[in-house]
Amino acid sequence: MIEIKHLHKIFDDKAVLSDINTTFESGKTNLIIGQSGSGKTVLMKCIVGLLTPEKGEVLYDNRNLLDMNKHQIKDLRREIGMIFQSSALFDSLDVLQNVMLPLNMFSSKTYIEREKRAKFCLNRVKLSEAKDKFPGEISGGMQKRVAIARAIALNPKYLFCDEPNSGLDPKTSLVIDELIHGITEEYNTTTIINTHDMNSVIDIGDSIIFICKSHIEWSGNKDEVLHSKNKELNNFIFSSDILRKVKDLEFNKE
Amino acid sequence: MFLLNGLRTFGEYLILMKRVFGRPDRMRMSLKRYANEIAELGISSIGIVLLISLFIGAVITVQIKLNISNPLLPRWTVGYVTREIMLLEFSSSIMCLILAGKVGSNIASELGTMRVTQQIDALEIMGINSANFLILPKIAAMVTIIPILVTFSIFAGIIGAYCSCWFLHIMTAIDLEYGLQYEFAEWYVWSSFIKSLFFAFIIASVSAYYGYTVKGGSIDVGKASTDSVVSSSVLILFSDLVLTQLLMG
Ligand SMILES: Nc1ncnc2c1ncn2[C@@H]1O[C@H](COP(=O)(O)OP(=O)(O)OP(=O)(O)O)[C@@H](O)[C@H]1O
Ligand SMILES: [Mg+2]
Repeated sequence: MIEIKHLHKIFDDKAVLSDINTTFESGKTNLIIGQSGSGKTVLMKCIVGLLTPEKGEVLYDNRNLLDMNKHQIKDLRREIGMIFQSSALFDSLDVLQNVMLPLNMFSSKTYIEREKRAKFCLNRVKLSEAKDKFPGEISGGMQKRVAIARAIALNPKYLFCDEPNSGLDPKTSLVIDELIHGITEEYNTTTIINTHDMNSVIDIGDSIIFICKSHIEWSGNKDEVLHSKNKELNNFIFSSDILRKVKDLEFNKE
Repeated sequence: MFLLNGLRTFGEYLILMKRVFGRPDRMRMSLKRYANEIAELGISSIGIVLLISLFIGAVITVQIKLNISNPLLPRWTVGYVTREIMLLEFSSSIMCLILAGKVGSNIASELGTMRVTQQIDALEIMGINSANFLILPKIAAMVTIIPILVTFSIFAGIIGAYCSCWFLHIMTAIDLEYGLQYEFAEWYVWSSFIKSLFFAFIIASVSAYYGYTVKGGSIDVGKASTDSVVSSSVLILFSDLVLTQLLMG
């Protein structure tokens, strides 16, 4: 479980996040939605400590990240897996070595066991056959899946995904969403996902917060999100024609 | 303003170096990277070092022969001067300037690309000290390989000088050989090595600093790569002056 209390982040006098309070529960996929530029990535980076917020608390099961020293942060990070908006695979390593890197750095297991674990993770994302390829030789969706395999290699307690399905076709997006959802339930991880993909929201939104104008405008879950009366949220969700038509149809039915 | 910026850059550089020179998280991984860097930065530079040194050695011999042939000067002058130029300046300083272009831009653009594609963030999230993991093996590799490159350069230069005798017939190889050996001071070779160690450190650490601290996109990576070559070249020239004073004075 991760709790955020009174988090503020300011860039050059402009408040990107102001007074964010929320709780991300374990075993659930927690979604952060919002327009491009609304501060989703900034919020996620504040939570993992890549950015330092001006004010606030970030509690990982009651351990405050902002009070930790360098060593404590390092230890905490071994419990964190993260998938970046741009996959961020290491170009100089092949797929298997990418997944093995965190194991090589922090696991005391033998090489054979580490390789077995990495292959297991690759199998989990259905990429066993691509293990000898380099990141430049596989498609964007495959790169995302390798990033997932790498993120789960050390069995993280906390999994962060920054737009795991941006730039992917709807079908591949679905595969990735299901994958992350499955991993979350199986290992009881605290999963936080940034997205502006409505399919993901409706599929796997166990808990959703909507960020707008630097604060949390709405929070709820996938069953509530389509029926909310919040104007900003409706503006955001029903900006696409198809969804608006679907909504109109539903209302006509009722 | 300019001074302030310079001071800030220097401060940031020192802070980065403090992170670089820590104990590696996993020695075995760092040693593996070190071996890779030796191949990537060092071994791959041998070709260009040999080529350039060979030609410069030959050209210096020809130039000196043509320009200072004087009946009052002994015939071995050409060999003697060629040796001094190669040993004292070319094989250490000028060679490192050339390497600053090749190796420095390589380091800066590699690290810069890793920064803008969030690969460095990914390392940090795993709990790895990315500065130590990425930069220390590069610095260590450059510092270990540079004396070898300098040695190659000195020998290639001398072979170049002989080539100009054998193939261009500007003078006899015997005269050249006498000059090359005339009043040879071993210390000159050592001082060449010592200087090159400093230069290697400058090349690797300065270009790593520019690459590691890139903000933005591919344009900024290109800019960092240029900046790193300019800065390390200037620093090499400056420290060459200081070191020469210290070592020779
Ligand atoms: N390092 C930074 N320095 C200054 N401003 C920044 C920085 N990083 C982000 N911002 C600003 O913060 C705001 C939020 O950016 P953020 O990257 O969090 O958006 P996002 O919600 O993730 O958008 P997207 O969906 O496009 O990824 C933007 O207006 C951006 O300009
Ligand atoms: Mg983002």
